[in-house]
Amino acid sequence: MTNTIAEVKKPILSINDLSIAYDKNYAVKNVSVEIKKNTVTAIMGPSGCGKSTLLRALNRMHELYENISTEGEVLLNDSNIYDMSPIKLRRHMGMVFQRPNPFPTMSIYDNVIAGYKLNGIRTKKKERDEIVERSLRDVALWDEVKDSLYKKGTFLSGGQQQRLCIARALAFSPEVILMDEPTSALDPIATSKVEDLLVKLKENYTIVLVTHNMSQAARISDYSLFMYLGELVEYGKTKNMFTNPIDPRTEEYLTGKFG
Amino acid sequence: MNSDKITKAVLFSVSILILMLAAGMVYSLVGGAVPAFKAFGWQFIFSGEWNPTEGREEYGALPFIVGTLMTSFAALLLCLPLSFSTSLFLGEYFRGTRVARILGILVDLLAGIPSIVYGLWGFYVLRPALIELGFGGRGFGIFTASLILAIMIIPYATSLSNEIISMVPNDLKEAAYSLGATRLEVIATVTIPNARSGIVAGYILAFGRALGETMAVTMLVGNTNVVPSSFFDTGNTMASVIANQFGEADGLKLSSLIAIGLLLFLITGIINAVGKLIIKKMN
Amino acid sequence: MESIQALKNQDHSSGRLLKDKLVLIGVVILSLVTISPIMLIIFKLVMEGYRQISLDFLIQNTPDTFEAMTAVANGEKIPGGIANGIVGTLVMVVLAAVIAIPVGVLTGIYLYENQGKMMANLTRNVSDILQGVPSIVLGLISYLWVVKHVTSGYSALAGSVSLAIMMLPMIVRSTEETLKMIPQTLKEAALALGVPYHKVILRVLVPTGFSGLLTGILLGISRILGETAPLLLTALGSSRINLDISEPTSAIPLLIWEFYNDPNMIDLIWSSSLLLMAIVLILNIVSKQLAGKRN
Repeated sequence: MTNTIAEVKKPILSINDLSIAYDKNYAVKNVSVEIKKNTVTAIMGPSGCGKSTLLRALNRMHELYENISTEGEVLLNDSNIYDMSPIKLRRHMGMVFQRPNPFPTMSIYDNVIAGYKLNGIRTKKKERDEIVERSLRDVALWDEVKDSLYKKGTFLSGGQQQRLCIARALAFSPEVILMDEPTSALDPIATSKVEDLLVKLKENYTIVLVTHNMSQAARISDYSLFMYLGELVEYGKTKNMFTNPIDPRTEEYLTGKFG
Repeated sequence: MNSDKITKAVLFSVSILILMLAAGMVYSLVGGAVPAFKAFGWQFIFSGEWNPTEGREEYGALPFIVGTLMTSFAALLLCLPLSFSTSLFLGEYFRGTRVARILGILVDLLAGIPSIVYGLWGFYVLRPALIELGFGGRGFGIFTASLILAIMIIPYATSLSNEIISMVPNDLKEAAYSLGATRLEVIATVTIPNARSGIVAGYILAFGRALGETMAVTMLVGNTNVVPSSFFDTGNTMASVIANQFGEADGLKLSSLIAIGLLLFLITGIINAVGKLIIKKMN
Repeated sequence: MESIQALKNQDHSSGRLLKDKLVLIGVVILSLVTISPIMLIIFKLVMEGYRQISLDFLIQNTPDTFEAMTAVANGEKIPGGIANGIVGTLVMVVLAAVIAIPVGVLTGIYLYENQGKMMANLTRNVSDILQGVPSIVLGLISYLWVVKHVTSGYSALAGSVSLAIMMLPMIVRSTEETLKMIPQTLKEAALALGVPYHKVILRVLVPTGFSGLLTGILLGISRILGETAPLLLTALGSSRINLDISEPTSAIPLLIWEFYNDPNMIDLIWSSSLLLMAIVLILNIVSKQLAGKRN
């Protein structure tokens, strides 16, 4: 039932014929895909297939590197992100990285509110407190850290740090959260906590997740993209792709022939 | 088995040699400085008198201590904006590019120029330029010496902070970018706070360098043995008074110069130890 | 939720982007200012110095001030050269290297082999502090030790000792750093073959790290080549070529200092500085090149 509703929903992100090249070497080739609201979409593929580049192109982080050229468009709620200022775009697209990377010079509290501070957004103390508490509650970290909000974020365990980084991304209430293998540096228990969290977060957010871990994609994603050598090979409901892949390359990857 | 023991013993005794060398240096400097301290007591450090007239000899190190600190502080201040910008250029804005490599080589070359060549350039190029700009005292003085010193210590200040700045993990910077920060904001809130102690240590070590520079300062500072009244006054530093007056020195004067050398040794030793301590804490 | 959307839409970006640009422009300009002195100095040395460079300049001794004055008065080139300085520099630098390299390399090996031990930490710290000692103070030390007690007078040996102490900590440090970069397995493999310890050092560690050691040594030499202050207190200078290390000896930087103090010799200042700079810069570049190859 829910599936049918999701399908008629308008896509939150439409990637149209997107190509990205570093020094004329294409890392992403003519990818077109629609990401639906309030879903978890997993991007899979062997190393070097362009999945991280695709993810980074969604909040224009790929432009931090030199000699990048981008063709095509990405529409966020119908407006092309390449026409927006990257600064503003990034407030709508939260990002979580492979390794937990809380700012080591900031407290837990300051880490959560860092986006506001960095952007020079003026907030009242009460607003800040609310944002910090809500974000930490969203990642189920509030009870663990509420008594040590002013300690450095780096004293937390790896899993807690990663949830803190998710909270930092949530503080802006972004439309989309981009995650680049967010559990690859975590132990299994911390990983399952983060996975549970993602499933819960999709009620309010849309999540795009790069993962190396196929069973993770199977466990938590609604839709999956399979990329190979920069091209989008297959896109569909995760359930369908895992049980009945259309393209032979997808099947090979899923059965562990390469990657 | 036996040969291994011999090898270990050789290595051990050579490193003992280094310790003995350092201990011997302190011993000899203290020994040479004793007559001066016996004659003037602690007053030696606080007296501004420098009078070599036979029979009425009186020596005090204050003009040189003050001159050294003034030139070095001024040099540090003058060098700060230049070297800090250069470390950002090399370690952040243009990291890994060809331009940065060339700039880095040029900055390194600054460290290769002998002190006496800096002195010549200061004397024949910089000093006339300053006179042109309306400086009195024929262009000599604390300020002129500081200007040359500032250029000389740039590579020392730059190399450490550049290294530390480029070591700030990329994923931290990306986290800030992903929140919409501009490059400047990333530098101000992520790069600098994370590299802070390394940057500070770099400047402390550069300051230590400035304290002991001799030739270039000697050629520009004016060599007047009184406490300078301002940064635009002439003066003298501890290193340059030794270089200047050593040739004609014996007896109490020689001992006083050695005592100044001992003080310089102690001051630079402390400054360097502090710098190294900060670096060690950081790791 | 609504309040956050409102907050998020606060826009200071135009001001922030402007500031971002301005700072970048400032950084670029100040960086260019930073490197301008080296260009200006080299330019000045070449422009003023090239005329005096000739074969005579390299193989003749310094003229006395009267000869120079006559030549200048007649509008001629100053006769003579700086052979006494070149030879003196060579003698003192080689002697300093002969003293400093064995001690420095062995100490570096000791530090590498005893990581974390108290004695090694002490030695490392002391060596680091020695590196910060101003060169003029090293001149004083060598005066007190060698001039007063060994050669009973100013001498090349005294100059070499002060330069050797200056070079020593640099070699210690570069040796230890180089060895640290050699994979541990290499040493273990040799030890597993039953190779005695000193042979592991001489046949495995030193050859593997050779280019690193050489880089450190060349950089050390390029630092002491231009040193003037300690030589004023130890080698003093000489107007003749002198190969006896117990006698006063000249050096290129000492000659520059003498020319600087003698208005008749002004033309020789720049050519001597040019030669000294050229040697120092070439050594610098060669050692950097070596270091670059290694990585």
